[in-house]
Amino acid sequence: MKFPFAELVHLDNLWFQVTGTLCNLSCTHCFNRSGPQARSFGFLTLAQVQEELETAVRAGVKEIFFTGGEPFLHPQLPEMLELSLAVAPTTVLTNGMLISNRLADRMAEMERKARYSLEIRVSLDGWTEASNDALRGRGVFKQVLAAIERLCQRGLLPLVTVVRTWDEGEDQAALEGFGSVLKAAGYARPRIKLLPALPLGRELERSPQAGAESSLLSEEMLEGFDRDLLMCSNSRLVTDRGVWVCPLLVEIPAARLGARLQDAAPTYELKHPACMSCYHYGTICGNVSALIEGPAELKRP
Amino acid sequence: MTRLALLGGIYSNYRALETALRQIEQRGADGIYCLGDLGAFGPYPDRVYPLLRSRGVECIQGNYDNSLAGGLADCQCGYTDPRDNYFARLSYAYTFENTSVENKAWLASLPMTRRLEVEGWRILLCHGSPRKLNEFLWESTSSDAFLEYLLRLADADIVAVTHTGIKWHRRLSAGRQFINVGVLGRPENNGLTHVVYAELSLERDAAKVEFVPVEYDFRALAADMAEEKLPPEFIETILTGWWTTCLEILPHKERAHGRF
Repeated sequence: MKFPFAELVHLDNLWFQVTGTLCNLSCTHCFNRSGPQARSFGFLTLAQVQEELETAVRAGVKEIFFTGGEPFLHPQLPEMLELSLAVAPTTVLTNGMLISNRLADRMAEMERKARYSLEIRVSLDGWTEASNDALRGRGVFKQVLAAIERLCQRGLLPLVTVVRTWDEGEDQAALEGFGSVLKAAGYARPRIKLLPALPLGRELERSPQAGAESSLLSEEMLEGFDRDLLMCSNSRLVTDRGVWVCPLLVEIPAARLGARLQDAAPTYELKHPACMSCYHYGTICGNVSALIEGPAELKRP
Repeated sequence: MTRLALLGGIYSNYRALETALRQIEQRGADGIYCLGDLGAFGPYPDRVYPLLRSRGVECIQGNYDNSLAGGLADCQCGYTDPRDNYFARLSYAYTFENTSVENKAWLASLPMTRRLEVEGWRILLCHGSPRKLNEFLWESTSSDAFLEYLLRLADADIVAVTHTGIKWHRRLSAGRQFINVGVLGRPENNGLTHVVYAELSLERDAAKVEFVPVEYDFRALAADMAEEKLPPEFIETILTGWWTTCLEILPHKERAHGRF
């Protein structure tokens, strides 16, 4: 089968997998199998981050993202965020477990001083303790809500990131459920980002039908499709093992494009089932909510 | 010196447009440009067109105009949140129904961008960004490096955009500048009821940007909106200066500055 290629049109978004796959949680739906023993990717150094930031700024980068694993396991993450915020808007994706009062103070201070936005994306996958902790681990619900409260008390508005583990028809009820639990935790105007579950990593074991139902992209499907919605046309991921086409495909060796940003290959063959998530929902890894209703069909009213 | 008035989205706010055009006449201008989104949000969409035509305002298409002109089912606003999209659809359906066939045809005749060369400055006027009709360029998520890239892409010294609804201005390398002119359509989520446009004053060796506040009869507009049964959420924004809808697209800083 012949698959379509995507070209990097412009490096809008640079991602750092700053702690590799090391995480203090091991969620049952984790797309890159992060966990306390997951060592398939390691830590980036401050010098590596600085060097790739400089390359990206020369290329006209728009936004920077820090992910993992759990980024706050890196002792130098705050310094990295400061470096990044000095040149571009910056987002960190966290499970929230390590956000102490001291760290929340530092993030609030950093945000106040920066002229760009600092987005803190905190994961929460159920609006009840039972449903969240079944996916993310015992005790996580309470700790994460406490972390969200700490951020809110300091004027930060975290983007609560939720993976859909229910039927699409229940989205509205779910959003209302999350909204009320966040308000009760002191988040007066909760920002919620809903994501589809991805047919990758541990999610394939938790939900085997996700893999079985997945399909692949073809050249015909991309005819007339807005390729700006494909993350690989505007993003790259830096890891300690090289540059990957996107954060989702880190387990795919063919998705490694080179050692460093400046010599990474500019094109990628879209031959993985996970490529369908950008096709269906738009660039889901970005900060605005995914197109959870699917792409709008344009018809005459 | 050459002075240009740059108007952002009007969103059917004909009352603000009338006031702005009077102010522009008093201050004097060598050209008046509108960067698109003539309809949306407000009441009686057809009322803005005679004002624009009689004053010779040079317009380009915004995403809304492009949708109205092409008979699309969607305003191409670029929202993704279900609540934001609910309000966007409501507003688009009203605007589509109340914009005449002639005005839709006029929208279709408008260019997507305009290039000017004034006092040696190469200027690009566009709606969202030089590369995309509905790209949101917010102050807090547009890095200098990215804006420099867009200026190179546009082959321009000055780029002016609108689309987000909140004004800003950035000076970049070699005297180049990027302007988001704000909008006339609704206040900019700061608790103040006025709206703004940008005035660009150009000399051979200097380009100055001033955002001009437009104090218009917002209570009369709110009454018009109520008469047309537009959503109370929209009317609240006009009366208070705080956005109540289309919030999920806002980056952290812009969201934190608002009330909702």
